[in-house]
Amino acid sequence: MTWDWSYAWSCLPLLWQAGLITVLATVIGGALAAVGGLPWAVLLRSDHAWVRRPADAVLQVVRNTPLLVQLYLLYYGLPHLGWSPSPLVIGIAGLALHYAAYAAEVYRAGFSAVPAGQTEAARVLGLSRWQRFRHVLVPQAIPPVLPALGNLVVALFKDTPVLSAITVIELLTRAKLLGAESFRYLEPMTLVGVWFLIASLVAAWPLTRLEHRLRRIPT
Amino acid sequence: MDPTWVAPFASGLGITLGVFAGALVVACVSGVLLGTIATYADTPLRLACRAFVDVVRGTSALVQLFWVVFALPLIGLRIDPLSAAILVLGLNSGAYASEAVRGALAAVPSGQREAAVVLGLSPLQCWWRITLPQAVPIILPSATNLAVELLKNTSLVSLIGLADLTFQANALRAATLADSAVLVVLLLIYLVLALGVVRVGRWAEQHAGRWRARLIGQRA
Repeated sequence: MTWDWSYAWSCLPLLWQAGLITVLATVIGGALAAVGGLPWAVLLRSDHAWVRRPADAVLQVVRNTPLLVQLYLLYYGLPHLGWSPSPLVIGIAGLALHYAAYAAEVYRAGFSAVPAGQTEAARVLGLSRWQRFRHVLVPQAIPPVLPALGNLVVALFKDTPVLSAITVIELLTRAKLLGAESFRYLEPMTLVGVWFLIASLVAAWPLTRLEHRLRRIPT
Repeated sequence: MDPTWVAPFASGLGITLGVFAGALVVACVSGVLLGTIATYADTPLRLACRAFVDVVRGTSALVQLFWVVFALPLIGLRIDPLSAAILVLGLNSGAYASEAVRGALAAVPSGQREAAVVLGLSPLQCWWRITLPQAVPIILPSATNLAVELLKNTSLVSLIGLADLTFQANALRAATLADSAVLVVLLLIYLVLALGVVRVGRWAEQHAGRWRARLIGQRA
């Protein structure tokens, strides 16, 4: 069997639609993970062990278990708790939770890279806890970790095909359906691979730019 | 946990560990080779290796798995699902590991290589006995992380029909209607396995320095 260009062309419109779902899951999931990771990192830095320990335990569980299993647990478990959102919503929530744990770790690294003298000086100057966090810690901790956060979003993007396991019609599911209809998997599967490759390379470009830019800023 | 769950979980564990071990070997070998080529080889070979690593890292592991299982047979390359899983997951981790290997090899002081050349070691001897042993302690922390990622990725093989832990748990879930309980047990098994991998990694990190000292002692 050889590559059939006309069949590949005919696959494109449906794959394009599915690609939009993939992009949607990436953008919303990535934004939620980036936002949710920050309070999580703050909990990890808490002075109280009863706050820090549970936050760290949940982080370890989320980071050390497969995304697929977490998605299954949400997909089959949530209805028992009386909430049955659509597969896409569950998929986005699962991606966001999984990557929020990674983001929390990234933020934690960013916070610990800020010299202790900064917070101490702010405290001596009479800044409140919130002011110290908002005006001293965050401006110094977040910019250096932005490239790492960007890499997480790219990783999340590449994990979106796992959503096919909970019946979300994203790119991989669509390619499987197209293949099952025509018994030709080669073209749709290859197109999905190429789509991911191009998107990852396109995403990598601004990230390297950002990294170079941050390196030039004296700290 | 129901006692009847033990047998399916045990057989699933066997497949999961088998895929993990096989893929780990593929990942180590391919990671070291790709990283070495990326560091030392001449331009055409280096670019080919770079392209391979970028393609693997730029596409999704699950897409690669599906592509090898569903699309490759159509152009005449038929691989059984188990070998495909080991190969794809192994090369996937190997591509990521090659970046760590490249960084570590570059971090070994150039004086080490120069001294080895002056002492008359061939490039291969120099790589195997001088540079690589010094790179290993640098690689180990990221290798541990990658091994955990690899373990988590083995759950994807359930989607190409291999009866691993996730596959067995899913079958149990469908059969027993004890949805959440089965999946919570599954989650805990993966957690224990992953923490075990981290333990082994930390242990190796602690001992890497000592191994190196002993190796150098033997040579002297």
